[in-house]
Amino acid sequence: MGRSLRRVMGSALAYAFILAVTLPVILLYVLLFLTSFATDMEGIVPKGFTLKNWEFIVSGNIRVPGAEYQYPNLYLVMGNTFLLAISVAGAEMFLASLAGYAISRFRFRGRSLLMGTILVLHAFPGVALLIAIFYILNALGLYDTLVGVFIIKVALDLPLAIWIMKGFFDGIPWDLEMSALIDGCSRFQAWLRVILPNVRNGLMAVLIFGFLSGWSEFIYILTFISSQKYWTLSMLVYAFTSGEYFYINPGVTATIAIIYMLPVVAFFLFAQKYLLRIQIAGKGVV
Amino acid sequence: MALPRRRLRISHLWLFLVPSLALIATFYFVPVVLTFLISLTNMDYSFRWNWVGLQNYMNIVEDPWLPKIFSNTLFYVFTTLTLFNVGLALLVSLVTTHINEKVGAAFRALWLLPRITPSTVYALLWLWATREDPDSLFNWFLGLFGLPPVNWRLEHPWLIVILVNGFIGVSFGMIIFTAALKSIGNDVIWAAKVDGASTWQLIRYVELPLIKWPILFVLAYQTLSLFTSYEYILLTTGGGPGLYTTEVWALYVYDLAFRQYGGIVKFGYGAALAVFLVIMGVVVSVIYLKVFRFRELMIEPKIEVE
Repeated sequence: MGRSLRRVMGSALAYAFILAVTLPVILLYVLLFLTSFATDMEGIVPKGFTLKNWEFIVSGNIRVPGAEYQYPNLYLVMGNTFLLAISVAGAEMFLASLAGYAISRFRFRGRSLLMGTILVLHAFPGVALLIAIFYILNALGLYDTLVGVFIIKVALDLPLAIWIMKGFFDGIPWDLEMSALIDGCSRFQAWLRVILPNVRNGLMAVLIFGFLSGWSEFIYILTFISSQKYWTLSMLVYAFTSGEYFYINPGVTATIAIIYMLPVVAFFLFAQKYLLRIQIAGKGVV
Repeated sequence: MALPRRRLRISHLWLFLVPSLALIATFYFVPVVLTFLISLTNMDYSFRWNWVGLQNYMNIVEDPWLPKIFSNTLFYVFTTLTLFNVGLALLVSLVTTHINEKVGAAFRALWLLPRITPSTVYALLWLWATREDPDSLFNWFLGLFGLPPVNWRLEHPWLIVILVNGFIGVSFGMIIFTAALKSIGNDVIWAAKVDGASTWQLIRYVELPLIKWPILFVLAYQTLSLFTSYEYILLTTGGGPGLYTTEVWALYVYDLAFRQYGGIVKFGYGAALAVFLVIMGVVVSVIYLKVFRFRELMIEPKIEVE
């Protein structure tokens, strides 16, 4: 009797603990949601429901009360963000599936050196290279262009993406392409028609990883973009938080943050198995 | 026939590898070399190569702020790592694997949210929750106990920095530990239970010793990650309040090069400090490759058709 009581107590304690430590995470996100739809907030208690914080999305113009200063139009910023994310995702998926295949399947001189290098690179401190990258972008005339940010993003994400894809190719039995090769396919055809369809999960994982990575990028935009017309959503949210707008109009700020989070939440709800895979393969960003 | 076939094979290899290699070489290797070279100049925004030899490295010794920044970095890495990236991560994975499976998985999913949220939004959430007015989440909570509101970022900047980074840091260890805990065979668990082990004894004497290596792996990996992290500090306290209160090494490198508003940009000195991060990154990665899974990762290719 004492034993089973202790078990129930222990189990209750476990639930209480996990709820207590997770509560801050839950509250932070609930608060964002409430701030966007509430007339006013008192702590975590909304005072009333309103849609006025969503009215600006008709025109996309973000007005700053009593100021000359104008933020760029929401749709321009969203367009930039989407363009960057989708091109980073596509390029990473294409390049990583080529290189990952070569590393998984070909035997060549320097292969293990190459693999070691890719692994080391993937743990490499990005901040250490920013100055040199700034120099290179400037020399190539790519400073203050989204193309520049796109190229850097792809180049620096690529080692990890190649590594993920290599893992997936390793898992495909070689008889599959062997029979394709015997049937007269070239190496490239075998890769395209026989192997790629079998690593769909890997391609999805890299695509989602690339999209979220491009969609969320902040440091390169902050550092290598100076024109407002190339802003992405991360920069807009940053401008709000570092400026006064955030305090003047928390409702609109929260609304833009929610819009910015939508694709992330969608992947979170519907593609968690891929996200977990990226997490395990990926570096712990922080 | 042997020669053309071989040539064909090599051309295929190149076709697959070259696009990626070219990109990585230009924007990874060249920057590494450039960082070393720039650290030997006093380059500023004009991008002129004025060679100054090892002057920047001597300046490191004389920089009056560096001792403070160095001890800040150690404090930040040690505290976040032990409390969150390993400590809380271990607790979360142990608890969620011992309660109802679906509930446990749901809690683990929630812990992924901070990591996949765009950094600027995540920072916004914390800044909003810790702002000074009485209606902010933190102060509202204090108010429940009749306590006066606190200006968190001004009075407790380290608390903010560690919470913000810690709540992201948990997920990495959590995933690794959970996977390791789940891979412990049921026979081992049952054997312990048959012998009358309580849950606590099961964790202490069976599970923890069996996940020793994953714990060491997370410890090593996240040490490097934390040493080179700065984005969330930049976004929340910006290294302040005041001069360099929460400034860490990586953020200092960034500030020297890109945030000297109205002052002088110091690419050369910043690069010299960055070189230390590069060396540390390489050393730690090599150690971790050697100790952990290098052999396993370097398995020979599965197929080789001539």
